[in-house]
Amino acid sequence: MFDWIQNIADWIVYDVINLDKEQHLAEALNFFIYDTTKILILLFVVIFFMGIVNSYFPIDKVKNFLSRNKLYGLEYLVASLFGVVTPFCSCSSVPLFIGFVRGGIPLGVTFSFLITSPLVNEVAIGLFVGLFGIKTTIIYVISGVLLGTISGFILQKLKLERFLTPWVKEVLVNAQRDQDRFQSEKQNLKQRLPIIWAEVMNILKGVIPYVIVGIAIGALMHGYIPEGFFEKYMSKDNLFAVPIATILAVPMYSNASGILPVVQVLVAKGIPIGTAIAFMMAVVGLSLPEAMLLKKVMTMKLIAVFFGVVSLCIIISGYLFNIIL
Amino acid sequence: MTKSIKILGTGCPKCKTMTGIVQDVVAEHNINATVEKIEDIMEIMKFNVMTTPALVIDDVIKIKGRVPSKNEVLSLLK
Repeated sequence: MFDWIQNIADWIVYDVINLDKEQHLAEALNFFIYDTTKILILLFVVIFFMGIVNSYFPIDKVKNFLSRNKLYGLEYLVASLFGVVTPFCSCSSVPLFIGFVRGGIPLGVTFSFLITSPLVNEVAIGLFVGLFGIKTTIIYVISGVLLGTISGFILQKLKLERFLTPWVKEVLVNAQRDQDRFQSEKQNLKQRLPIIWAEVMNILKGVIPYVIVGIAIGALMHGYIPEGFFEKYMSKDNLFAVPIATILAVPMYSNASGILPVVQVLVAKGIPIGTAIAFMMAVVGLSLPEAMLLKKVMTMKLIAVFFGVVSLCIIISGYLFNIIL
Repeated sequence: MTKSIKILGTGCPKCKTMTGIVQDVVAEHNINATVEKIEDIMEIMKFNVMTTPALVIDDVIKIKGRVPSKNEVLSLLK
């Protein structure tokens, strides 16, 4: 399907710039051109498709749905799935949190949404297909959704409401289900398209620099680090690799677009995919900046429990990935 | 009558972009309006929005969770 891009990359590097095939620089440049082109095309397709879905399921509708319906345990899964179709912006996580709590949505269900949203979204999916193929993408999406579902469920069982900051507790007391009817816009797809299009362009513009820098770093590593380089240090047999990768990654922050191209090269050079994905999930899903934002609504104790539970689930899914893939 | 424009946002890049666009539109078209940026989360939550940035004109939420174009802002202010 993407052979034509490879042909273009070959033509530019070997014919136009006239580099020798044996050179590291040629290989790195070829990889860079091929990967950037392929990934930008895939990103565009996935972001556009998700934009349409999101236009019909805006966040207010999601909140009202979760707030109004009794789902008998399925609410964690539903919240997690909604997290996939909602574009995530870390600066919205606090207003979102309060909005959910105010709507009477249980804390655990809110967490399910907040955990899945940054992990599995249009940008992550587009990149994953481009870098790892469809099969790994499907497994990643399913495990991301399950991770949010299960972590949310566990966090609910821990009864953490008492560790919210005082003003949020007040919001919690006054929470009401079904408080406001959402005025859904009665527009057909043709009327929606200009707004969706503008959003797609905004998202693309936002991620392109990260993708290009990520792929450039990846391309350098691709051309210069020998195959199997990491295998010596991080083999599947090393049981500590997954937890260490996860714990190292928690304080770091990057969005999916910056970290994924690097992760792909790590995998190509011998790091087991489960270890690499655990690393990536911890970078994208948990970070110090996010903890600072959440301090407005949660006490440090709650943030610690939240991070602890999610890290644990990431470590478990890292091991699972290493076994399955 | 002076219009009251409020921009709700906790200080993320998108919120800054929106503030810039709104201020430009107001200045370029000599619109009689006050532009106020609200960054305090407690204040923001009074408007019941869950995605920022949000644009509030005369206490009505017009746009939330996305950055509008200049033309869109202009048509909302007319």
